[in-house]
Amino acid sequence: MSALPGTTRRRRPHSALPWLATPALVLFVGFAVVPLVGVFALSFTTWDGIGTIRATGLTSWRKVLTDPGLTHALWVTFLVMAVSWAVQTPLSILLGTFLAGRQRYRAVLGVVYFIPLMLSSAAIALAYKALLDPNFGLGAGLDIQALSRDWLGRPGLAFGVVIFVVSWQFIPFHSLIYQGGVQQIPKSLYEAAQLDGAGRVRQFFSITLPQLKYTIITSSTLMVVGSLTFFDLIFILTEGGPGDATRVLALDMYKRGFQASLMGPASVIAVILVLVGLGLALLLRRLGGRNAGASQLEGA
Amino acid sequence: MALSRRTLLGLAAAVPASAALTACGGSSGPGKSGGATYWYLNGQPQESVRSGAVKAFNKAHPDDQIEDTTFQNDAYKTKIKTAIGAGKAPTIIWGWGGGTLRAYAEAGQVEDLTSWFGEHADLKKSLFPSSFGAATVDGKIYAMPCETVQPIILYYNRKVFDQVGAKPPESWDDIMALVPKFNKKGIAPFALGGQSRWTNMMWLEFLFDRIGGSEVFQAAIEGEKNAWSHPDAIKALTKLQELVKAGGFVKGFSSITADSNADQALLYTGRAAMMLHGAWSYGIQQADGGDFVSSGSLGYMTFPPVEGGKGDLSDTVGNPAQYLSISSKASAEEKKVAKEYFAKGVLQEEEVKQWIGNGSVPIKLGTEKLLAASDNADFLQFTYDIASKAKVFVQSWDQALSPTAAETLLDNIVKLFQLSISPKQFATNLNAVTNA
Repeated sequence: MSALPGTTRRRRPHSALPWLATPALVLFVGFAVVPLVGVFALSFTTWDGIGTIRATGLTSWRKVLTDPGLTHALWVTFLVMAVSWAVQTPLSILLGTFLAGRQRYRAVLGVVYFIPLMLSSAAIALAYKALLDPNFGLGAGLDIQALSRDWLGRPGLAFGVVIFVVSWQFIPFHSLIYQGGVQQIPKSLYEAAQLDGAGRVRQFFSITLPQLKYTIITSSTLMVVGSLTFFDLIFILTEGGPGDATRVLALDMYKRGFQASLMGPASVIAVILVLVGLGLALLLRRLGGRNAGASQLEGA
Repeated sequence: MALSRRTLLGLAAAVPASAALTACGGSSGPGKSGGATYWYLNGQPQESVRSGAVKAFNKAHPDDQIEDTTFQNDAYKTKIKTAIGAGKAPTIIWGWGGGTLRAYAEAGQVEDLTSWFGEHADLKKSLFPSSFGAATVDGKIYAMPCETVQPIILYYNRKVFDQVGAKPPESWDDIMALVPKFNKKGIAPFALGGQSRWTNMMWLEFLFDRIGGSEVFQAAIEGEKNAWSHPDAIKALTKLQELVKAGGFVKGFSSITADSNADQALLYTGRAAMMLHGAWSYGIQQADGGDFVSSGSLGYMTFPPVEGGKGDLSDTVGNPAQYLSISSKASAEEKKVAKEYFAKGVLQEEEVKQWIGNGSVPIKLGTEKLLAASDNADFLQFTYDIASKAKVFVQSWDQALSPTAAETLLDNIVKLFQLSISPKQFATNLNAVTNA
């Protein structure tokens, strides 16, 4: 091996890189970096969205950080994140493992499970809102006592409904990820386990689950960071209500900015949202360990 | 500043990408040359009157076309603010006047129409004088009053009252006495679309007025210190919570939206006995309620007095009119078309007839004969009397206040109805924003 071809080989990707990255870079800068900077700048101003923008230093930050509404919104956001993760993850892993089998009926079921993912959040929220209406919904219409409760009108119930609908919508997606993950696990591991006399449950906990470690991290990152931006669903279902029982951070931001015309404080919340999202994503990457890119295929 | 406001707003809207887009996506932007754009609310029967007026104008003015777009009530309130802030407002801005119009006017976003009304004095004189209050900011007129006068009315279902053997309430104590009677029969005493928030607000508007007189809210809107802690205000808030605790409102009211008209459906299907709602609800019940209105089952009355209260019984609350403003960002051509529409397209004979036909009182003077000749003559006369005889016509609070104060108000009203805050806390929270 001579040194010369090595250097040419290295230079070529270098010269091609800027070209290839341009479209993605333009989009990223235009729709992520520039708005971020803009919102950061707006968070130091006072603006009603209509009149002139006045720079007011830390006023908006002070206002938001001393507002008990922020703590509440953060808490609700955290709860939605934690509970929806705790509900979705086990169900998705089980469904994904089940769908990873090669039988034909499982493929058909897989398609059926996939349907909620193809519907828009707004449509899903409207449908559930109509179904759960205390006076004209499913419970009242079919006269089923168990179903005719004030689903969206009581804080605890409304929160539960939000979690349920979110899970209903997103479990199919995560099942798909897990299905792929399970199918990647080498058959030889299971064969060896069978020879050692391990049953199905044992195989699941000793092979499938550990082998899915990085899939779990990927899926959890998507769930956790994604749950920060839940907006449309909650906005249509409850509008953050009853009271402020389901007012998550994203909704709080919208209400402050676009309904109360307080663009400064709304931008502060947007910045907080970005920071929390980045922090969580980094934390989850950390959980994955340093060699997250390393192959797990041949086992630990 | 190097960045224009327009850019900044665009950015502000883009960051919470997944968030804001659902509610305010798909802007149609300013209109093409040679015509004006006009945004207004959808929902029948009002929508077809509005679009009918535009169609008639377009037909009569082939060179001055108006392009109209419709929005749902609650979505529109957000959409229009964002559009104006981003410089993408329609030429003609439909609204409720009051505090929001003040914000537009102070930011120089809407045309001053004072001199135009000076030139068109006859037009000005042909409209209800009371309708100009909410169109005026610091002595200048920034909007043309249009459409109908909409006081808030206490509706009731006569059939349900007969069934229970009850009489419509003549006082607050009567209301409280009716609550258990209806609940015992499994009928909700009052329908309420509580998720929409302003629906709950109408209750406070009346209770404040009947108990303390119109001065109590007037003090609050003028930014008087501790106005919301006035003993009569606290009394009104307490009475309201008593009604909630007694089960006065339909089960699940906090998840019912008024935009879907579900609250009105409760009344005309007999699941609720009474409902406090705007005068526009008559037309909706007539359109959706089958023979509910035509068979005379719909009863209506003004809000009853509260024992020991100081308010004048003729006082009413609601929308004195709807309002059309012209965006100052529109081109000269667009503004010309808009003004032409104000002069020759708004409240023309046909539109007036249609409003009357669906049970509304247009703000045009001299329609008494038309009102009396209508199928809905009784209701129309009732509304006309309220509007013309009211000693004080209080504009809907959320429209009279600035958008920021209104949002705090609505949020706290919901919590008050949820019983999650006390009247005192409510007063403290509101004092903090109206006296800022």
